[in-house]
This record gives sequence, structure tokens and C-alpha cells, in this order.
Amino acid sequence: MTPKISLLAAAWLVLKKDWQIEWRTRARLTALIFFSGATLLLFSFAMGPDVTSLRAHAHGYLWLGLLFASVLSLGESFRIESENQALTGLVLTPVEPRAIFIGKVLGNASMLFVLSLVLLPITVGLYDVTLTRVPHLLLLVLFLGVLGISAPGTVYSAISANARARDVMLPLLLFPVLVPLLLAAASATKLTFQPDPQDQLGSWLKLLIAFDLIYLSVGFLVFPKIAEED
Amino acid sequence: MSALAVEAIDISKRFGARWAISRLSFSLEQGRSLLLTGHNGSGKTTLLRIISTAAFPTAGTLKVLGFDSKKQRDSLRPSVALVSHASFHYEDLTAAQNLLLSAKFLGVKDPAATVKELLERMGLAARADSAVRQFSAGMRKRLAIARLLMKAPKVALLDEPFGELDPAGILQMEQLIRSLQAQGTSVVLATHLIEQGLTLTQERLHLEAGRKVSPS
Repeated sequence: MTPKISLLAAAWLVLKKDWQIEWRTRARLTALIFFSGATLLLFSFAMGPDVTSLRAHAHGYLWLGLLFASVLSLGESFRIESENQALTGLVLTPVEPRAIFIGKVLGNASMLFVLSLVLLPITVGLYDVTLTRVPHLLLLVLFLGVLGISAPGTVYSAISANARARDVMLPLLLFPVLVPLLLAAASATKLTFQPDPQDQLGSWLKLLIAFDLIYLSVGFLVFPKIAEED
Repeated sequence: MSALAVEAIDISKRFGARWAISRLSFSLEQGRSLLLTGHNGSGKTTLLRIISTAAFPTAGTLKVLGFDSKKQRDSLRPSVALVSHASFHYEDLTAAQNLLLSAKFLGVKDPAATVKELLERMGLAARADSAVRQFSAGMRKRLAIARLLMKAPKVALLDEPFGELDPAGILQMEQLIRSLQAQGTSVVLATHLIEQGLTLTQERLHLEAGRKVSPS
């Protein structure tokens, strides 16, 4: 006998459950907004009042703000699964571990996407960038970028959830993996803020899509091993 | 399919250098119940986790309802339920939301009605919309039992089910165990309340340092 509902239906329930918890407490998103907003503000102070310089590097600061916030978000995402061994409870219910992976990735990605939407006007205010050049492509870059953070992030936060130094371990595991994503996401975002005379945005978008597909596939394959005890 | 609810053949479980279960063999027929006794750290909880497929033997073979607990875990899991020290609940969801989530995962036909009925049966209806974080240990235990009942398992694994319950709760737990048994469910019960456990079960397995020994 297999679980009575489909993989996607189970993944949807996991995603819905994560947002239900967030809606009840509103703790994670509130903390993330204040943390990443403060990060962007500190970057602007560190760079000084040179508007040209601030505008030139805004894309990088936006993604660093999202990256640092993602560590908090991903850690919290699996703290709720560790409490009362809820993740084990899901697996024994039984819920297919791959459905849990898909649901958690989408939950983490949607949380970071909402955060990125909140950060955009802050970025405009602090760094004087223009969002209206190709807004649909900017949204696509943000979506692909946060999905790329969430796919390996979900795997590594599940691995580090029960570790003794989990708060330190997660960024240590995650940041090296995210270097190509950060490069692609920041470069693509820059080309949505500024003109793209050499038409490079498409190449960066392809790199983002490839990164997402690779890490979604890897996570889909390895997550059952992580979710279950030997 | 085998007529055995549980069949352990020379199973062992190691955590690092320590053997929590060591070369343990026993069997339990379907419909019969087992009392699991032993001191703290004797391996009772580990054995229940292994039977539930929350963990797997390091060596040996464990069959539950005829299914290999590791290789056929997906087939086995819908028929086995564990009430453990960890409640498996989400602290920030309400009692009703937690049960509703389980009901939807299990594909229960009328989840809302089932959840309402179970909360009433476990005496939690008045606190259905309270977050589990606000629950006492006894209420959490009742909620865990409600979740077990929703699954209607063929093998029910109860780890210290009387712990944290008040006298009325203990009486209700005894009645629940008997009603599960009346439906043909095999109950594996780990408790330090040996006299109480003996009245509810037909078999006994006493563990010391993960090994089967005769109870003294």
C-alpha cells in the first residue's frame, strides 16, 4: 500500500501547513523583513553618500540581504520540524519524503519571494535604482534566485537541524554552494536595474534555471535519506 | 501474509559504539498484545521506534504484519502507529489543525467531522482551537492518541501511555487500549506500571541493556 494522496497533493499540504504556522505567529516574516531591511541600511551606511556608487552596487546588496535572511528563514523552517520530532511524525503518517521536500522548498521560496518584494521599495529608497525598466524580468530573476537558494537550502537545513552547532553549520554548508547562484542572480538583477546593451540577461537567466533544476533534482533524490533515520 | 503482527529475527541496533538492542528475537501474533518492560535505557523506546519504522535495525530482520520493516516500509506505515515521548505535533498549530493535517494526509473522507469526533472522544473539544504550545503534557498525550485512533492501525505502539495522565485519563487510556484490542489491533505497550500493563496484555518481553531476559 502507498500513501493515499498524490505526491503533489501532499506537497501542497506541507506548503499550506508552513504558511498556516507563519500566519498564526507571523514571527518569521516579520523578523526577516527587519533583519534584511537593517542589512540593506547598513550596507548603504558603509558605502557612504555617493549615490552613483550605491546605485552601481544595489543588485549585490539586495542579494546579500536576501542570502543572509535566507539562513534565518531556512533554519526556522526546520526548527518547527525538529520540535516534537514533527518531521518523523510526517514520515510515519505516512507522507512521501519527496513530497515534504517539494513542499518545504516551495514554502521557503515563497517566503523569500515575499521578502524580496518587500525589499524592492527599500532598495529604491536607499540606492536610488529603477525598477520599472523590465519589471516582469526582475520578478522572474527574483523568483528563480530564491528558488535556487531554497532547493539546496532545504537539504542543508534538514541536515543541520539536529546538529549541535546548527546555526553555524547551515551557512558553512550553504554559502559555498550558492556562489554561482549569487553571481547569476546579482548579475541578472543588475541588468534589470540598468540597460542591457549586450543582451546578457538571457544567459544569466539560463544559468539560474540550470542551477535550480540541478539542485531541485539533487534534493529530490537525496531528501528521503536525510528525512529518515538509518 | 503472515499471521504474525511482529517478528524480530536476531535484530540489533547500534548508536555509535553503544548497542541499544542486541541480538533480539521475538514474535507476536496478530490480535495479541505485548507488554514491554525494562529499566530506563533498556531499549524499549528504541524497539518501539524500530517497529514503527522511525528507525531501522543495524542488523537482523524485522517483519511487521509480514512486511520487512526497512525494505517494505511504505507498505507497512499506513498500518502501524506510534505514540511516543515526542508528540509529533506542530506547536504553533491548534489541536484541530494538527489533526486535520493528519486526516488530509491519510485521505480521510470527511476530515472535519472525523477531527471533531476524535477531539470530543478525547475530551479536547473545548480546546480544539488552542495552539498545542498551550497544552499540558496530559493534553498532548490525548491529542497523540487521537491521531493514533484516526489511523486505525493494525499494530499500535504505545510508549509510556499512562505517563502525564490524571486518574481519569489513565482509566480512559485503559478503555481505549481495550477497544483497540477488541477491533483486532495488536498493542505493544511499554510502561513502568507493570501490574497495569499485565492486565492489558497477553505477552511480556523484558529487556535489559537491549537483550531479552526473564523478568525478575
